[in-house]
Amino acid sequence: MADPTKEESPAAQETAATQDPAAQQNAHALALLHRLFGESTFTDVEEPYGLLTVTTKREHIHKIIAGLQQDEELKFHFLTTMCGINYPENLNQELGMIYHLHSLIHNVRLRIKIFFPLADPVVPTLTDLYATANWMEREAYDFYGIIFTGHPNLRRILNVEDMDYHPMRKQYPVEDGTREDKTDLFFGR
Amino acid sequence: MAVNDTLGGTHKIIQEAHEQQNNQLIPTLNDFSQELTTLNLGPTHPATHGIFQNILQMDGERIVSGVPTIGYIHRAFEKLAERKPFYQITTLTDRMNYCSSPINNMGWHMTVEKLLGITVPKRAQYMRVILMELARITDHLICNGILGVDTGAFTGFLYLMEEREKVYEIYEEVCGARLTTNMGRVGGMERDFSPVALEKLRKWLKEFPAVMREFEALFNRNRIFVDRVVDVGGISAEKALNYGFTGPNLRAAGVDYDVRVMNPYSSYQDFDFEIPVGTKGDTYDRFMVRNEEIWQSLRIINQALDNLPEGPFHADAPHYYLPPKQAVYKNMEALIYHFKIIMGEIEAPVGEVYHSVEGGNGELGFYLISDGGRTPYRLHFRRPCFIYYQAYTEMVVGQSLSDAIVTLSSMNVIAGELDA
Repeated sequence: MADPTKEESPAAQETAATQDPAAQQNAHALALLHRLFGESTFTDVEEPYGLLTVTTKREHIHKIIAGLQQDEELKFHFLTTMCGINYPENLNQELGMIYHLHSLIHNVRLRIKIFFPLADPVVPTLTDLYATANWMEREAYDFYGIIFTGHPNLRRILNVEDMDYHPMRKQYPVEDGTREDKTDLFFGR
Repeated sequence: MAVNDTLGGTHKIIQEAHEQQNNQLIPTLNDFSQELTTLNLGPTHPATHGIFQNILQMDGERIVSGVPTIGYIHRAFEKLAERKPFYQITTLTDRMNYCSSPINNMGWHMTVEKLLGITVPKRAQYMRVILMELARITDHLICNGILGVDTGAFTGFLYLMEEREKVYEIYEEVCGARLTTNMGRVGGMERDFSPVALEKLRKWLKEFPAVMREFEALFNRNRIFVDRVVDVGGISAEKALNYGFTGPNLRAAGVDYDVRVMNPYSSYQDFDFEIPVGTKGDTYDRFMVRNEEIWQSLRIINQALDNLPEGPFHADAPHYYLPPKQAVYKNMEALIYHFKIIMGEIEAPVGEVYHSVEGGNGELGFYLISDGGRTPYRLHFRRPCFIYYQAYTEMVVGQSLSDAIVTLSSMNVIAGELDA
């Protein structure tokens, strides 16, 4: 089966970019990102399933999203969603936040990722830019223990307040760890 | 804020109440004119239509501040999904917005199809459109019917519930279930529309408009109803966007964002329909936008039914689509595929995909990260209710309690989607 994310040859990619309007818009958005914040700010640029995805450092995240929101050209006025993620194998990059932005005017979507160590899970808040970030960040704090500096009310939102761990981290399996009748060999994670 | 100015010293007390978090006693003042009442709206209040709580500080009838508490039916779907094969997650999506389960089911199926690179035949896409629009109609019927109940008009609700019942009978013919439908599969539908299903659908399409017109005649220009809902719980377009509103609630504020038009999926580009928008974003606008969307959904269903293409009702993807049960007993390949799919031993590519559909309440998004294993590495649901409900406190401060109830029901907050 053909893998849609497969790398194509540069020439083929170029022709695809000139023909497909979505790819053109992505290229346009990427050029704007590079112009506004410098090319070195973004470490990883991909387009899985047509959605422009960039990875950056957490120091830049607030500046980038504020810049995109205020930008006159693309107007990323809409924060679609954000969520935390945990990759225990990535040393010093165990935790992450993934932001989905949407420019409703030009219909361009953008995904921004940041990664940071489990021992220092501190990220600047976006509540000063988007009111909707409030509960999304509380959810990420609840699930992953990510601390958002400057958040007005960083409390658990879905789980009970006296819970003493952050359940979506990969170190907490769904099954009871003491069960021996189910092994990971046949039943996955 | 104007309310705080008029209350003067009360403001400080509220601030302190906020600092002490909720459920704390507020010191009584000697001056009774400045005394506030703490009111627990929920978690099991009949007007919340679901389990969530608002702790309101009341100055007489006016709401001075509110602290929302949610999570009473949190079931950790995102965590559970990390241990379930793709086809088992469909049953989790049923239980998010349970007023329009088929939209959730098919949104999830389309997400997986996008990841796997499956193209669904045109007939299955049109069948999905018909079922999703039926689900949207039932969702809006509930919301607008309940809004009538909360303003004291029970009759309209009963008329609409009868129609919803008929839609549920169509669901039963299509998939066997009514509320938590688990409808369709990755790759298409699990069976074609039966003659009975088509007959019921055609009959309903003929009879329903009369009931809807009667409902609208009861409400749209009813003086008592209009007085209760106009200029109640309004929100501006800028604020609604900033709060991440989507769906009818955003369109009532005047923004014409609809995923069906912006990012068409499942052949929505083939149909001719309009996106109704409001102007003020108040309760009346939300009511009217939902009513009009019901008519537009009917238009879409009629077009899809008239132009329903012939052909298969599922994709030719034996690795992912369960074979017919009879074949499993007789045919070795079918048995192998059946076993592999049920055990979750299908080959999923490594990748991440975001797919969103227009749910009953707005943009319902699925963000799926696959590491090639049998289950998602991470699955995040963008639940429209969860995102827009946080604006509720700001929308009701300064209003009376009865207006707050009406605002709540017109926002159509579904507890299952709120908490996931």
